[in-house]
Amino acid sequence: MEILMSILAGTLFAAGVYLLLQKQLLKIVLGTALISHGAHLFILTMGKLNRGKPPILVKGIEDYTDPLPQALILTSIVISFGVTSFLLVLAYRTYQSNKTDMMDQLRGTDDE
Amino acid sequence: MLHFYILLPFLAALLIGMFAKKVNRIHTGWLVLPIPVVLFIIFCLKLPVLAEGKIVQSTADWIPSLDIQLSFYLDGLSMLFSLLITGIGSLVVLYSIFYLSRKEQLTHFYVYLLLFMGSMLGVVLSDNVFVLYTFWEFTSISSFLLIGFWFYRDRSTYGAQKSMLVTVFGGLSMLGALILLSITAETNSIRMMIANRSDILESDLFIPILILLLLGAFTKSAQFPFHSWLPDAMEAPTPVSAYLHSATMVKAGLYLVARFSLIFSGTDTFFIIVSGIGLITLCLGSFLASRQTDLKGILAYSTISQLGMIMAMLGFGTGTAILAAIFHIFNHATFKGSLFMIAGIVDHETGTRDIRRLGGLYTFMPISATLAFIGAFSMAGVPLPIFNGFLSKEMFFDSSLKLEQTAGLAGTFAEWIPILAVVGSIFTFVYSMYLVFGTFLGKQNTDQLEKKPHEAPIGMLLSPIVLIVFVVVVGLLPNLINEPLLAPATAAVTGDLPHIHLAFWHSLNTPFYMSLTVVGIGTLLAFTLKKWQPLYNRIPGKFSSDHWYQTIVNGLLRSSKSITEFYMTGSLRLYFSIILVFLVVSTSIFMYFTEGFTISVDDLAPITWPEVLVGFVMAVAAIATIWMNQRIAAIIVIGVVGYGLSLLFVFFRAPDLALTQLIVETITVALFLLCFAHLPKLKTSDKAISEKLIDFIIAVSTGALLTIVAIASHSSKSFESIAKYFVDNSYKLGGGDNIVNVILVDFRGLDTLFEIAVLGLAALGIFAMIKYRDKGDMNQ
Repeated sequence: MEILMSILAGTLFAAGVYLLLQKQLLKIVLGTALISHGAHLFILTMGKLNRGKPPILVKGIEDYTDPLPQALILTSIVISFGVTSFLLVLAYRTYQSNKTDMMDQLRGTDDE
Repeated sequence: MLHFYILLPFLAALLIGMFAKKVNRIHTGWLVLPIPVVLFIIFCLKLPVLAEGKIVQSTADWIPSLDIQLSFYLDGLSMLFSLLITGIGSLVVLYSIFYLSRKEQLTHFYVYLLLFMGSMLGVVLSDNVFVLYTFWEFTSISSFLLIGFWFYRDRSTYGAQKSMLVTVFGGLSMLGALILLSITAETNSIRMMIANRSDILESDLFIPILILLLLGAFTKSAQFPFHSWLPDAMEAPTPVSAYLHSATMVKAGLYLVARFSLIFSGTDTFFIIVSGIGLITLCLGSFLASRQTDLKGILAYSTISQLGMIMAMLGFGTGTAILAAIFHIFNHATFKGSLFMIAGIVDHETGTRDIRRLGGLYTFMPISATLAFIGAFSMAGVPLPIFNGFLSKEMFFDSSLKLEQTAGLAGTFAEWIPILAVVGSIFTFVYSMYLVFGTFLGKQNTDQLEKKPHEAPIGMLLSPIVLIVFVVVVGLLPNLINEPLLAPATAAVTGDLPHIHLAFWHSLNTPFYMSLTVVGIGTLLAFTLKKWQPLYNRIPGKFSSDHWYQTIVNGLLRSSKSITEFYMTGSLRLYFSIILVFLVVSTSIFMYFTEGFTISVDDLAPITWPEVLVGFVMAVAAIATIWMNQRIAAIIVIGVVGYGLSLLFVFFRAPDLALTQLIVETITVALFLLCFAHLPKLKTSDKAISEKLIDFIIAVSTGALLTIVAIASHSSKSFESIAKYFVDNSYKLGGGDNIVNVILVDFRGLDTLFEIAVLGLAALGIFAMIKYRDKGDMNQ
């Protein structure tokens, strides 16, 4: 299972990276979203999958899934959410100010 | 007490800088003058101590943990230089009082000059190599400030920059050599290094040390091919040229070679580099000097050539040669200092330094002219015993002849060296004559000059007079300075006391005939100068060191610009590609060489179909985003991936994650929807197939790398998870059943605190972006 999930994380990454390399700002933002999904899946896979019960203490059960990666991912989800929304608004403002969201038109001038 | 002597100019610079403006009635120079005079007297009082063969030393801690002590000592060599620095320093200050008008920024001038004086004293008195280096760079900086004194002139700033670049290049090389020296000899003290001489000579680092050290000495002393900064430094006020660029700073390189020659002298490499470069510089400098039209330009090339001659003698390394070198250091300082001062007087009184516009000044300024004649004849080595330059030049010829008796390479080249020496001296004679005859004799064209020429005030003449008195007195009675000054200095360089009596008239020996040859051919060439001077125009500019300096500086600027423009294109795609390619390549190489690609299938969870199905849908959705050209479709597809992930969280027993992912995904989708209304339509990529292919390769290799890293790291777990601690203690210590939540707010609460901060900042940032706009937007 872990190998399949690793491949899935890699696929998400590859798609995200491909989007990052595009010209349109919007696609880049979508790419970052895909990459963070990939990273979360990666962290979860690293902590062994499907071993034991969910990490909520219940009397009589000794075997739980590793809770630490879950805590890390939870933090990461929130942070990437903050960053993604910031990026989205940034893209929106960029388009408003510059009337374009193509990266090669957003280079600025040489004498800056 | 040596510390105090070095500190005195620095202290004075501080006080002058702070208070000189308050003293309005007198020229600032009068306040400065006592400092070098007092120091000169103090150093003179130490002369008897040195004559007994003792040295003066003192030490204080600076950075004891690194074995860097402020240890200074005064032996014969340091004494010679200290006397030159303070003695000529006094005369230069006196001269500058009359030379610089009170409208100039005198405070700046004297602060820089005092800084220079103090650091130069520091260079010649230091025993610790790192202290030596510190003062060495201080001289570079203060010289830079002095050359650029008239900073509103382009030529001045150009000259200052050039000298800075060249001397600091050499200074840094020297630092490299000093570090290597202190590693090889296991000490930072020069005297200890001399004692451990064999360690250095036998070390593999000997050649790098020697070359780096000599780079420092050659750049500072304007040796070939680094000489070109000196003529450009002539934009400095004349007192500075007289002081720094003839008597003191340019001799720091000579000092360095002399100081370390107890270590290196006698080796073939040292001889071939030092003498070779010295002789080339001697011939080249004197040859180029007659080409100049500016008085200070002639003197600058003459300084280069004379320094080359001294350098060559230091390379010879025999007792006679060292004594001659020491003697010539002294003589050169006297006559060159006075000649610079006279050039300044001519400039001051006529308004030009262009030798083509000058002529026949003898009738207007007889005193200056007489002084100039004595100085120039001494420089040319005219065989009359009243000129000290003649004596040292004789000794130069003598030492070049005696090389045959020396073993090693020095003996092999012995036949050629006297010839080079004579050739260099012939041109020295030519430019000396060109200098004085062109300025003071010949046709008068006073009506073309800006000012009506007249004799300089006595105060201005005083300093060159004192120097010329030295020229003549030492010329007549060389033994006056031999016993107390030159002999200890030679002893400090060669290691034993020389027993050479400086006679002012030799018998008719070979060196004397060589001098006569120089005068004969020199006179001939000097009279026919006009005829062969056009020859200089035939020399292509390509061969000049100036041209090379410009080529290197421009080349560096151009190539760094083109390199920067090559990769700093402003294209985000290129930067991402570079980062990702580097990531993939370096990680793959590292993993390959550390055998990181281990794949084991031992400890895997069983494959269950619901997860596989969800995963497959997610993969398809992720790949599909690439071709999306409808905004709403893109949102849905991204949503599929996000919701799929939360489903996976459910399957993999992470309830909190699933919950959060669900909510976050919903809000993100909502946000996308909100924004998309205001954003342009998605465009299908208009890239060329090759670009798409490159993107594809980068994307796939990054994804593949991540997969491999994931599999490999899962296959090589080196220790157990610390999960058991959290499971055991979640309730006991944290008081909660939900282990993930206990970790978030209890065990690792700090993470959560700052994650909240991130969210808050993002919210503030978004608010600010929407709320605050620049004026252009307000109008729309």
